[in-house]
Amino acid sequence: MSADTLIIEQVNRVFQTPAGKVTALKGIDLRVRKGEFITLIGPSGCGKSTLLKIVAGLDTSYEGSVLLNDKPISGPSIEKGFIFQEPRLFPWLTVEKNIAGNLSLKHKDVRKKVEEYIALVRLEGFEKAYPRELSGGMAQRVAIARALLRNPDVLLLDEPFGALDAFTRSHMQEVLLDIWQNNRTTMLFVTHDLDEAVFLGERVVIMNPRPGHIRSIQPIDLPFPRKRTSSSFQELRTKVLREFEKVEEPEFDTGAGI
Amino acid sequence: MLQDRISKGAVIVPAKPAQPLKQQLDRKWLLKLTNVLIGWLVPILIVLTWQIAGVLGLLNPILLPTPLEIWNEFVLLVSTGELISHLGVSSWRALLGFLLGGSLGLAAGIWVGFSYKAERLVDPSLQMLRTLPHLAIAPLFILWFGFGETSKILLIAKGSFFPLYVNTFLGIRSVDNKLFDVARVLQFSRWDLIRRLIIPASLPNIFLGIRLSIGVAWLGLVVAELMGASSGIGYLINDARSFSWTTVVFVGIIVFALVGKFSDSIVKWFENRLLRWQDSYKGADKR
Repeated sequence: MSADTLIIEQVNRVFQTPAGKVTALKGIDLRVRKGEFITLIGPSGCGKSTLLKIVAGLDTSYEGSVLLNDKPISGPSIEKGFIFQEPRLFPWLTVEKNIAGNLSLKHKDVRKKVEEYIALVRLEGFEKAYPRELSGGMAQRVAIARALLRNPDVLLLDEPFGALDAFTRSHMQEVLLDIWQNNRTTMLFVTHDLDEAVFLGERVVIMNPRPGHIRSIQPIDLPFPRKRTSSSFQELRTKVLREFEKVEEPEFDTGAGI
Repeated sequence: MLQDRISKGAVIVPAKPAQPLKQQLDRKWLLKLTNVLIGWLVPILIVLTWQIAGVLGLLNPILLPTPLEIWNEFVLLVSTGELISHLGVSSWRALLGFLLGGSLGLAAGIWVGFSYKAERLVDPSLQMLRTLPHLAIAPLFILWFGFGETSKILLIAKGSFFPLYVNTFLGIRSVDNKLFDVARVLQFSRWDLIRRLIIPASLPNIFLGIRLSIGVAWLGLVVAELMGASSGIGYLINDARSFSWTTVVFVGIIVFALVGKFSDSIVKWFENRLLRWQDSYKGADKR
């Protein structure tokens, strides 16, 4: 058994479109340690969401190998928790029933766990509320609790805070870090927000489009909790931004060429 | 109330300055009463105008008897027990026909909704049958099954089948694909998928189908009873027509209207209870 929870080796993904073949991912190699917090950042079209879907097992038409705990991924399962950009709660279920999902709240263990995770995402008092009564941030916390309750080996987050306002977003980032420090769940977090990537990730994976590939991986050796205003944070942010600008350049070049 | 709590950062802040509880309750009750009374406003106005016009001799009493005369006829028919027994027969027919047609419609809708192959196989034929009018089918049913209860119940069932079939099918097919992804990630079994995602998500459509089916069941009942029967409200109307007892015809029509509304209200009550989670537009002036 290797020390890495998730091993992605030479993954390619080609989409068939009416206009011909489009290579969304080319030669992706990534190893994620158990309990690590990885953020994936890149411009739109760089294949970061596609990569996440492959790891989730929602997309199985890829080449190469993806191993989770040394086993190839064959389809979606509860070992790979997935947080979508929208909360995607069941509107006919209350908060506690949404978290329980297909598990029955009549079981004492389930009820206890649901209560535990409601406390973890700080939603006490809203157990019986319907999704329509929740704000965007609260709904997303319900989605996080729903995924965590199943004790996933890795939590995959696809721009989960993209639709939230700046204040709620920074609050949610702190909530997520809290959860990560308590549970040590391996996190793979896709974002297009530079600050978010540097604030959360132990390593930031910078991706490049056309075809989507990994440009570089930037370790962020800052202790948690991080301060956005600190000079070391700003330094690393600039460093990633420079990589990011390199990523953007070819896009501008080809754009100018047309 | 919850909304307030959320926007004010989990601190409970009453929306209005506190009022004595009793006054608040009175107000709520008054509001509810007003909402109910508004629904009665139009019919009451019509009946009043009608009665006044009749008393002034503006209406032909054979063609359009006054509301008061119709009421007296109603009281008479109730006191002799005639109306109740006819209503009982009609309701029983409508219920049996609706249960038969509706449950088959629901089952067919679920089956076809789930399977693309089933849709290709049976939906075109069912759509063809759907547009056949009751009056075109009724003679055939009478030839096959005679004038007895079977032909009547089958005619009603034929009518109630389609609204439930079409709406159940539509409901299943309009389940949000994004929630299917969630179900896959949470490893729902096939049974979980049906019970926890597809049925609840298509429930609004199923309820719409039930309400439409009940309406069509009453419609089919009238057709069936007018075609030939010796009991039931439809028979009462038809019989009265041949003797020009217009008041009885009116009583029959009004009873149909009331029973139709009553059955619809029952379904609506269930609908409101089961679909409380829905977040939809309720009209700009709802309070």
